[in-house]
Amino acid sequence: MAEDGRDESLATDDESDHTALSLRFLPMLCGVTAQMLEEGSTLLRRMEICVAEAEKRNGKNTVNMQETFTVYLVETRPMDAVAEGRNQAPDSLWRRYSEFELLRNYLLVTYPYIVVPPLPEKRAEFVWHKLSADNMDPDFVERRRVGLENFLLRVASHPVLSNDKILHHFLIEEHGWKEVVYETGFQAKADSRLRALSATFRVRNPDKRFMEMKHYSDELQSHTSQLLRARARVADRLYGVYKVHGNYGRVFSEWSAMEKEMGDGLQSAGHHMDAYAASIDDILEEEEHYADQLKEYLFYAEALRAVCRKHELTQFEFEMASQELVSKKQQHEELSTGIVRTFSFKGMTNKLFGQEAPEQREARLKLLEDLIAEGEEDVQEKTVECGEHVERAWVDMHRFKEQKDKDLREALINYAVMQISMCKKGIQMWSNAKECFLKM
Amino acid sequence: MSVGAPRSLASSGQKPIAEILHPLSAAEEQLSVTVGGDKEAGLTNGTPVETSSPASTSSLLNRLQLDDDLEADIRDPYAEAAETRDLFVTVDDPKKHVSTMETYITYRVSTKTSRVEFDLPEYCVRRRYQDFDWLRIKLEDSQPTHLIPPLPEKFVMKGVVDRFSEDFVETRMKALDKFLKRVADHPVLSFNPHLNTFLTTKDLNKRQGLALLSKVGESVKHVAGGYKLRARPAEFGAMGEYLDTFNQKLGTIDRIAQRILKEQSEYLTELREYGTVYSSWAGSEDELRRPLEGVGGCVTTCCGALEDLGDGMSQDILPVLREYVLYIESMKSVLRKRDQSQAEYEGRLEAAVLRKQEDRTPMPLEVEKCQDKVECFNADLKADWERWQSNKRHDFKQLLTGMADKNINHYEKCQAAWESLITLLQDKQTEDKTSETN
Repeated sequence: MAEDGRDESLATDDESDHTALSLRFLPMLCGVTAQMLEEGSTLLRRMEICVAEAEKRNGKNTVNMQETFTVYLVETRPMDAVAEGRNQAPDSLWRRYSEFELLRNYLLVTYPYIVVPPLPEKRAEFVWHKLSADNMDPDFVERRRVGLENFLLRVASHPVLSNDKILHHFLIEEHGWKEVVYETGFQAKADSRLRALSATFRVRNPDKRFMEMKHYSDELQSHTSQLLRARARVADRLYGVYKVHGNYGRVFSEWSAMEKEMGDGLQSAGHHMDAYAASIDDILEEEEHYADQLKEYLFYAEALRAVCRKHELTQFEFEMASQELVSKKQQHEELSTGIVRTFSFKGMTNKLFGQEAPEQREARLKLLEDLIAEGEEDVQEKTVECGEHVERAWVDMHRFKEQKDKDLREALINYAVMQISMCKKGIQMWSNAKECFLKM
Repeated sequence: MSVGAPRSLASSGQKPIAEILHPLSAAEEQLSVTVGGDKEAGLTNGTPVETSSPASTSSLLNRLQLDDDLEADIRDPYAEAAETRDLFVTVDDPKKHVSTMETYITYRVSTKTSRVEFDLPEYCVRRRYQDFDWLRIKLEDSQPTHLIPPLPEKFVMKGVVDRFSEDFVETRMKALDKFLKRVADHPVLSFNPHLNTFLTTKDLNKRQGLALLSKVGESVKHVAGGYKLRARPAEFGAMGEYLDTFNQKLGTIDRIAQRILKEQSEYLTELREYGTVYSSWAGSEDELRRPLEGVGGCVTTCCGALEDLGDGMSQDILPVLREYVLYIESMKSVLRKRDQSQAEYEGRLEAAVLRKQEDRTPMPLEVEKCQDKVECFNADLKADWERWQSNKRHDFKQLLTGMADKNINHYEKCQAAWESLITLLQDKQTEDKTSETN
């Protein structure tokens, strides 16, 4: 449905020569639209990206122990090749989940004002009983493959993130990519970022909009996780209801053996009951897509919160720098005028033991003047930093909001479509059974 | 003989003798002799038995030779009964009565009939469960060779079930109505004078006292005194086996149905919670508020539909299953009585044969009476068995299609809710799009 919408809008787009082929690579999950593609010269316009396959590998891990892990095939192809209809083989390389994580961490640190798209979950959570929580489970691997592709497409279509060199490298250069990332020195920033995220500090004048957005991100996180948990419980129960009906199949079959006229009708009805009981497996498997969409936004909420926290941090640092400057200026004034406005030990000792020598005083005044100059530069820097962050973050948060509203709305509509399909199946099954009963 | 009801002819005055059939004819494998046209598939076995047993084909043929039409035909007894029915009964309108001694429910029993056994064409009386119980006991005693339909369970645990709750009363009333209708449709039982009394007398209370005494008296008659059965005819053995297996299956189906109800109820609990999460999320959103509230609303609608489904199952499906279990119990006891009367006959016959060998005394009348009794019993039972099988098929067909309908109905309600949500949301979407381009 949504894909049809994209098809249509792309067809009317004069600028692009996108063929239907390119859309094959846009999974249903991804909210990437023609609109987004038009904004800026995002990578996705120039290059087709997909995560085509997953494979198991054996290798040594960091502590030199044997382990099994999954690698994912990232394929890329220049868009003009596609547009011209050249059936060029795509470039490809293998990446494992940890490399995706590394890429994302780099992006988080480098673009703290961007709500960075999340990765699919590391371990299966919110499972209902049937689904295995095993990372090696083929269904889980498949859904992860789709999630990783979705991540790449979102990043590659982002007006800011898509221009990043490290991202390009990730997509093109299989070997040596890790070294390049570490060379950027982002690791140091990553550590301080993590610390800042969990630290508590009081900000005097945070931007109200950011505070509201932070509050909203908490709400979003809470609601999506509640919903995911409740959905898992519902799925579990529904499974039970359907499966018990399978018992009817068995007993009808047994019963039909002892009946004359009723026998055939009962027997066939029993088959339909079995089919009914079996139908729940596909229904719930499909619903996992919906759960994945919700999960994406659960993790997105975290990213949103991080952007707000970054604002708090920059604002706090600005406030601290300003305060520092003010106090230095005050000290200077007191020293030069001799009027003590504020209590200080120096002032006390001066009173008790007499004032210091004029040379010392000169030295101190000079030091303070230097510090004040430094301080003013610092405040200037922090003001710019804070201001830039606010400006850029606000743009991206707005972009995120629109994306979220659209994506979740579509997800809800798709969920309704799934429910309708489930109802239709149910009606079909029971109608079939009813026909058999009527023949009894 | 102790078997028959007092002699009353089947709808005498309405149908010529030629059209009246012995219940035996209802059995498909027995006689291919039937009477064309309107058929009252039954005759009271009050017809005199002084000659050879009515079960013998020849005597039946004799009686029926008046009619030229000898078409073999198997008819659905329900359809039959509908064509020829002249006794209609209904149980409805429950009312609570509070007296100093006790509180109880009475039901209105309405009768419409054109039978001459009834003085008036219409009757309306009030009866309580006790009265139905009385009737059943009287029927069992006076027609021991017939299968008497069961009543809903008599005793309910006072703490566990509310005897005066709407659901309980409704379920019980439906079962009583079914019981009475089955009796009224039965070619033999419907002419039982006790039924007549039940349907017509204003105040049954006095009769109940007498009933208790006579119950004791009559049941004594059936004690066959330790006779052992030699050879049960295969068909009755088969009946017994069928009943045992069927009982088992019914039990299984009942358990499955209950399990489904339980699972559905647990599903419902989770579903309700699930719906509220959508609604509370909607509170923190602006653009998404409507879709989220919409989904929450749909989930709530589905909860309602699910509740209805569960109620329907426990009110319409489970009671019928239970009823058939009771039916089977009473049928097995009738089969046992048949065995007993056969055993008695065999015993007496053996004794008589021995005595005859010794001192040439002719076969005592007693023994012949026993033989007749047995043969009558067998005939009645076979006819009733066929009728029962037919009814059972009809009832279960109805039960199962009813169950299917309820489930279909449930899904239809849910589907409609989700479809209207999509329409709503997509309308909004096109609304937004047009307002954007404008």
